[in-house]
Amino acid sequence: MPFLETRNLTAFYGDFQALYGIDTSLDKGETIAIIGANGAGKSTFLKAIAGLIHGTPDSVQLEGMPIGARGAADIVKLGIALVPEGRRLFPSLTVEENLLIGGYGRKIAGPWTLDRVYALFPILRERRSMATPALSGGQQQMAAIGRALMSNPRILLCDEISLGLAPIIIADIYAALPQIKAEGTSVVLVEQDIVQAMKVADRVYCFQEGRLSLTGRPRELTREQIHRAYFGS
Amino acid sequence: MTGWLDALIQGVLLGGLYALFAAGLSLMFGVMRLVNLAHGDIIVLAAFAILVVAGKLGLDPFVAVALAAPILFVIGFALQHVLLNRTLGRDLLPPLLVTFGLSIIIQNGLLQIFSADSQRLRSGAIETASIPLGGGIAIGVVPLLTLLSAIAVIVVLNMIFYRTPIGRAFRATSDDLEVAELMGIDISRIFATAMGLAFVVIAIAALYLGLRANFDPTIGPARLLYAFEAVIIGGLGSFWGTLAGGVVLGLAQTIGARIDPEWQILAGHLAFLVVLALRPRGLFPRAQD
Ligand SMILES: Nc1ncnc2c1ncn2[C@@H]1O[C@H](COP(=O)(O)OP(=O)(O)OP(=O)(O)O)[C@@H](O)[C@H]1O
Ligand SMILES: [Mg+2]
Repeated sequence: MPFLETRNLTAFYGDFQALYGIDTSLDKGETIAIIGANGAGKSTFLKAIAGLIHGTPDSVQLEGMPIGARGAADIVKLGIALVPEGRRLFPSLTVEENLLIGGYGRKIAGPWTLDRVYALFPILRERRSMATPALSGGQQQMAAIGRALMSNPRILLCDEISLGLAPIIIADIYAALPQIKAEGTSVVLVEQDIVQAMKVADRVYCFQEGRLSLTGRPRELTREQIHRAYFGS
Repeated sequence: MTGWLDALIQGVLLGGLYALFAAGLSLMFGVMRLVNLAHGDIIVLAAFAILVVAGKLGLDPFVAVALAAPILFVIGFALQHVLLNRTLGRDLLPPLLVTFGLSIIIQNGLLQIFSADSQRLRSGAIETASIPLGGGIAIGVVPLLTLLSAIAVIVVLNMIFYRTPIGRAFRATSDDLEVAELMGIDISRIFATAMGLAFVVIAIAALYLGLRANFDPTIGPARLLYAFEAVIIGGLGSFWGTLAGGVVLGLAQTIGARIDPEWQILAGHLAFLVVLALRPRGLFPRAQD
């Protein structure tokens, strides 16, 4: 049985259908990447897993347990944390308070503490008492990842953590990934940066207009396949 | 000259009462963006609750309020959980309509039970006690206690908001509901807790409302107006601002009354309009939003 599984997952915004029957799986300790053009439904997919969008109970399963209809506050307590698109730090909280709130009501014992997050991203320790709007984009992204880690997730969902950042900063942030994975955490990455995604993912899913258009291991996929899966032919 | 000095001192003290009216409203707006049109009536309701508890058990109002506060916390929690949470959403109208309806229900309910007679909380000698400051000026013990209580309430609220996990959750929820949920925060519980807390503040406000003057079931809407003005003058989202707003309002009223007794209420409203015209976001607005 896979660790996390989506089965025939659909999602709607009002009348608009954003996802059509998505089947995916994630194993313990595995990293998968979700790629696809703008509007393909990548963020919607993560929101559905994180409980911000509700589906049928069976459409998302954690170790066989149906969790597709649960609310976000429940899901994080089951060990699934989302780093949302656009970071969305709490502007009236300091950096440290943002990290602390990430551990609010956490139910899972685990390795992540303030000190561990600061060790992972030392710049955050220096900025700990600053308001988050004063941080650079890269620092904000680090704080958003740290905040999610504070819940001791078994599965970390990351939505475009490289968005709008300089390559050197992206490299910094991705350098933290091995340390996160070393704790046994599974990772779902939504990435526009395909090269980056291919480098770190064990498997890749490509979305196109709300449907799965391609699945495979990065080494086994050709440029043409990916191009076609991205844009259609 | 002493007349004016007296007016200033009494104005600041009166501001304490308005700050107490306003603190609960400020809290509700700060956490859940709720404009509670029944706020004044709930203060009056709480004053009657203290009256009944004090009367039935033969207690001093200061003791009765300590008994009434936890009960009011539960009532506030339940009101938010069962009713008001359902009204909150993108649309601003439902909470306004529901709290307006609540206001009418409370007023008429109180009229049914207690009639339109005016009531007062009795606490013996302390009611009329005053401290002479010399030069013919004296400050009443109850008005002084009102102001000190207002300051204490603001200090405690600030400590809760800025020093405790639940306070962090209040602020986070007010910033971004969706992401707050992602943190494992149960929004409806957080809102209900905030309302319970607001009701405790309301209990304290009601104590001084009833000790300082007569009250009857119809005076709620005017208290709402003062509370609302104090919150806006001070700037949304800042408890110290709310205290300052109450003091500005109290000062304006006593200075107005000093010029002409009929001007008391009008002067308060004028001060509100002037502040609004000069500083639309109030005296101490929060940095963001
Ligand atoms: N809140 C919403 N209300 C209505 N439609 C939405 C909403 N959010 C997303 N959509 C629509 O759903 C579709 C999928 O959106 P989604 O945000 O999941 O795409 P995405 O793959 O994450 O895109 P991007 O790469 O731009 O972040 C798009 O067509 C989008 O317009
Ligand atoms: Mg997206």
